[in-house]
Amino acid sequence: MSKQDGFDKRLKDARTRQGLDRAADGQAGLPRGSWGLGFRAGVDIVSALVVGVVLGLLADRWLGTWPWLFLLFFVLGSAAGVLNVFRLFKPRASDRA
Amino acid sequence: MAAEGKTIDALSQFNLGTVLGPIGGSVNFSQSNLHMVIVAGLILALMTYGMRARALVPGRLQSVAESAYEFVMGLVTEQIGPEGRRFFPFVFTLFMFVLFGNMLGLFPYAFTFTSHIAVTLALALMVFVLITAVALTLHGRKFFGYFFPEGAPLWLAPIIVPVEIISYLSRPISLSIRLFANMVAGHVMLKVFATFVVMLGGLGAAGPFLSVLPLAINVALVGFEVLVAFLQAYVFAILTCIYLSDAVHLH
Repeated sequence: MSKQDGFDKRLKDARTRQGLDRAADGQAGLPRGSWGLGFRAGVDIVSALVVGVVLGLLADRWLGTWPWLFLLFFVLGSAAGVLNVFRLFKPRASDRA
Repeated sequence: MAAEGKTIDALSQFNLGTVLGPIGGSVNFSQSNLHMVIVAGLILALMTYGMRARALVPGRLQSVAESAYEFVMGLVTEQIGPEGRRFFPFVFTLFMFVLFGNMLGLFPYAFTFTSHIAVTLALALMVFVLITAVALTLHGRKFFGYFFPEGAPLWLAPIIVPVEIISYLSRPISLSIRLFANMVAGHVMLKVFATFVVMLGGLGAAGPFLSVLPLAINVALVGFEVLVAFLQAYVFAILTCIYLSDAVHLH
């Protein structure tokens, strides 16, 4: 089994060298069209904002502090949305085998 | 089918109703459920019937089954690495379910169950629970270090940690909204232009000629929708792989 795995790896390396396999970089393989990218960025921002707002509303309802936690989590949600978009363009740090 | 009342009714195609008569009605078995069962049956049929021959030189159906297998296998190993193979059954099931659901929805009279946020959110939450469980079992308490990057100044923790947690929680939301919104948008556009065909067709002598325009758009749209159906299933699967990779490697 390990022998076979080693062969797979060497084959993969060889294929990468020859340009048959694309080297994995960033969110490799995801469609890179401008429309798709824009839509992904929009969805990422909106979903983080939704999570933040819902969390804030729930916390406010629980603690009766309307509207302060809502406002706080709204800001946090926006920040998380920006972070999501940043991650979209940042190459992934994880080094894969 | 005429455009009743000369209005564009693009959203009624997403209404749920029960099927299979009184039996289905009593357990709320909707056409959405029916199409899920059909999709599951189709996938099973493709994999069992297609692979029955086990020919060295595959026939048509076997080629489809094999290329689907190899496609997802490539996805999983490329994104997660060799240790990701244990997640192959999960990703394959997810990919085929979404792909067949999207494709089946393009047939006339068929229902697109991926156009309901309830369905896509359930799928995305399944992914979310899995990635969290995998990260927790593989890394234990170190998983919580994910929410605070190493090397950041400690006084920033009250800002960074909630933002990271919200960003993590937004994964299933963005995963489900992306699929759902794409399917709804595509089907609404198809319906709107199909209604234009009928409405323009009723405009007297010039009508039939005018209605060729939206018809041509619809022909192009159907091709586009086939692309979107595949692409969204692919994106769903690859994002699942990326999240699984994050859970396994925990950078």
